[in-house]
Amino acid sequence: MTKLEHGSSGDFPLIFERSQAGRRAAQPPKPAWESLEVLLGAEHLRAAPPKLPEVSELDLVRHYTGLAHRQFSIDGNFYPLGSCTMKYNPKVNEEAAKLFTDVHPYADPDAVQGALELLHNLQHDLAEITGMDAVTLQPAAGAHGELAGILMIRALHEHNGEGAQRRVVIVPDGAHGTNPATATMVGYDVKEVLTAPNGEVDLEAFKAALGPDVAAIMLTNPNTLGLFETNILEIARLAHEVGAQLYYDGANTNAIVGRARPGDMGFDVVHLNLHKTFTTPHGGGGPGTGPVGVKAHLREFLPAPLIKRDGSRFDYDYNLPHSIGRMRSFHGNFGNLVRAYTYIRALGREGLAQISERAVLNANYLRVKMREIGFETAFDRVNMHEFVAQPPKGMKTLDVAKALLDYGMHPMTMYFPLIVKEAMMVEPTETESLETMDAFVEVLADVLRRAEADPNFLAEAPYGTPVRRLDEVKAARKPVLRYADG
Amino acid sequence: MNYLPHTSEDLERALSVIGVESIDALFADLPESLQKPELDIPEGLDEVSLLRHLRALAAKNKAPQANFLGGGLRQHFIPSVTPHLAMQSEFVTAYTPYQPEVSQGILQATFEYQTIMSELTGLPVSNASMYDGASSVAEAALLAVRHTGRRKVVVSQGVHPESRAVLATYARPLGIDIVEISLSELTTPKPETMADAACFIVQNPNFLGYLEAMPPLAEAAHAAGALFVAVCDPLTLAVLAAPGDYGADIAVGDGQTVGNPVSFGGPHFGFMVVSEPLLRQLPGRIVGETTDRDGRRAFVLTLQAREQHIRRSKAKSNICSNHQLTALMAAVNLSALGPQGLADVATKSVQNAHVLAARLAEAGLEPLTEKPFFNEFAVRTPVPATELRRALAEVGIAAAVPIPEAYGLGDVALFSATELTTEDDMTLLTGALGRILAVQGEPVLEASYD
Repeated sequence: MTKLEHGSSGDFPLIFERSQAGRRAAQPPKPAWESLEVLLGAEHLRAAPPKLPEVSELDLVRHYTGLAHRQFSIDGNFYPLGSCTMKYNPKVNEEAAKLFTDVHPYADPDAVQGALELLHNLQHDLAEITGMDAVTLQPAAGAHGELAGILMIRALHEHNGEGAQRRVVIVPDGAHGTNPATATMVGYDVKEVLTAPNGEVDLEAFKAALGPDVAAIMLTNPNTLGLFETNILEIARLAHEVGAQLYYDGANTNAIVGRARPGDMGFDVVHLNLHKTFTTPHGGGGPGTGPVGVKAHLREFLPAPLIKRDGSRFDYDYNLPHSIGRMRSFHGNFGNLVRAYTYIRALGREGLAQISERAVLNANYLRVKMREIGFETAFDRVNMHEFVAQPPKGMKTLDVAKALLDYGMHPMTMYFPLIVKEAMMVEPTETESLETMDAFVEVLADVLRRAEADPNFLAEAPYGTPVRRLDEVKAARKPVLRYADG
Repeated sequence: MNYLPHTSEDLERALSVIGVESIDALFADLPESLQKPELDIPEGLDEVSLLRHLRALAAKNKAPQANFLGGGLRQHFIPSVTPHLAMQSEFVTAYTPYQPEVSQGILQATFEYQTIMSELTGLPVSNASMYDGASSVAEAALLAVRHTGRRKVVVSQGVHPESRAVLATYARPLGIDIVEISLSELTTPKPETMADAACFIVQNPNFLGYLEAMPPLAEAAHAAGALFVAVCDPLTLAVLAAPGDYGADIAVGDGQTVGNPVSFGGPHFGFMVVSEPLLRQLPGRIVGETTDRDGRRAFVLTLQAREQHIRRSKAKSNICSNHQLTALMAAVNLSALGPQGLADVATKSVQNAHVLAARLAEAGLEPLTEKPFFNEFAVRTPVPATELRRALAEVGIAAAVPIPEAYGLGDVALFSATELTTEDDMTLLTGALGRILAVQGEPVLEASYD
């Protein structure tokens, strides 16, 4: 990018710095007269207009095109980000979503039968895929789905008169941070159980943690080390024996979709991240979408409304007398529900099983290849859709990650799970070719070679990215969270 | 159809590198009873059949000839340039910007979004977005509870019913007391029960469309040591007093109206903007400015010690994914409109809504009050609102959002207009109303002659 595009300071300008009073990029219909004082009363009006940017349409286009160029994405870069399932997002999903953009949720139900039918079909498909009996599509993200699920479990225990007794949620020490944070939001105490040397939940520690005070156990399977919990059937039996409910964190569903179902494993509640397994875009951090499936005994606690079918007509079903209430306004992130539905219909049942088969194949291929060039893996066994590696002795994960950026590769998830030192959690997903993974391994090998030749190479990387390593301490010590002119 | 790159040679090569015979061998850790379930899912479709199926579903929705639906979401003008820029692949398919060196696009756009939300609300600190307006209201209440150490939340009935429903869902397990203030002639009276409240939540314009007297309500909250939470539609803030102007501590709401399509209710984005002292209680991601090692300006996720991936069970919220892309779309859209464009949209919406109210009154749908309203208002309907909505839908008009029974107003509906509403739309509506009400009115007329 030229110096000119960065402004005289060398910084990429803010949209506010491009602003010139009187310019505008969009022309809405003109109002009949300017003032609203007569209609609304002067006391309700603001004294001065908000200082929004004033730019021409071309200024605007250059600005956001320039910003797009300063951004890694799946469409531009390999993105082996463990636990995040950064797979290809099919373009046909976007076309499908556009077919529904003008549908209003408060329209008469007879005027939105297509939207309701789609939701009804998706409720069915997701129940089928997870092995559950009923599904709510309302939650707006994975963590939001967790909240809905744990709220339902709490409502069940209250309904059974055990609300006061069951105060604890058990999570493994490798759990995603959202699990304990969700339990806290529902007023539960969190008990962590240790991971055994084979990378799975320590069954003895788990047994010791169980008791009549346990409300729920939250598990990811395969777990955050990318390993299948081989004792899952026993874990489910033990959990149910003490009256606890088993919660499935669906972040790693890409490992099993079409090949195995949480419902068959004994889970009572499941959330899915449609932005992971079902290819709705991550959008730079959201919107996600987190539908939740439950077994029949929890159906009456689901957020209302569900979508029901009455002959050939579809309608809202508010008949959930013990519903936890609403999780979100309207019907959830409908646009993403359309995208996920489109994906499921494209793949069909055989295609769904191929997702997990190829995801697991790719991850094992990459694990073996990374070991060949000197990376350690925390557990020497077949993994599922992701694995946890460690850099060769003496190297920091952060440094290796930063060096990758110069090669146009997005790093793996760093320092998670917390139970592995210098953790690098790698998830290539099923949509990447062997050539791409080979290229990634070559890049890693080159990074190791250059690190050996020059001890400062890693610490200084990256070199050619739009900006280099940032002063994060400065950002937090004296927060500047908005543009202040002048 | 699938999105897999593997040739049969690739499959063989991969298996041999791994040193296993088959893909099944990679799933050997799964107990036999779990393996290969029979899914009741149809076979996959090619792209032509797929789009045919989706288009057939979409065709079962009736696209209205005229649209007067509101109730928290409204179809507004979105210039062509907005989706073209916001839906660029680099934004759509990016991950959360945890690697700031290669995420300056999303990070800077978010910093600009935060600035825009701060300008609109008149409050200094915006987060990077929330899920929607309803969960933002709930999170604002939880923030107030954390900040004040009090466990009572006072909320006006003028707050969107679905937001209050979500608030109740979030508050119940934590034992937070919710006190609802009933409306008095469709606006919020000064509450008498503010003692021990963590916050007072008021929506302006309220769910029924009417303007609230925010300054005295904010004063009442502060007098009781409670925070004042303003729920607002950012579009209205082009012309209405900003929450910061009347002393609100927190501004929250749904941002759909400033750049997202209605899309059957989502995804849009929620926003939360707070006063300086509440910064460290704010849930969700925040972008801050800093410099890189060469001294260049750069942006980064900051103050992450509030968040779940660092603090786990001690986090301020469990929120992880937010609604970055739809928030970015709003930032693009508001930058396209600028202050004058946004004011034009808001002003024309208000004017059209007032013309509509007059037309409806002529057609026999009387307003419930003469109080000032913005772009939406309530009218009494001669038949239940759901029936009127159905009758209008049958003639291609989307209108008459039913007002929930809990308001105790009888048969009433909301009508809304925007800058997109035309004279022809209104004529179509009043014509249809005339025919519908004439049919409905017949028995009444006969009765009156007896």
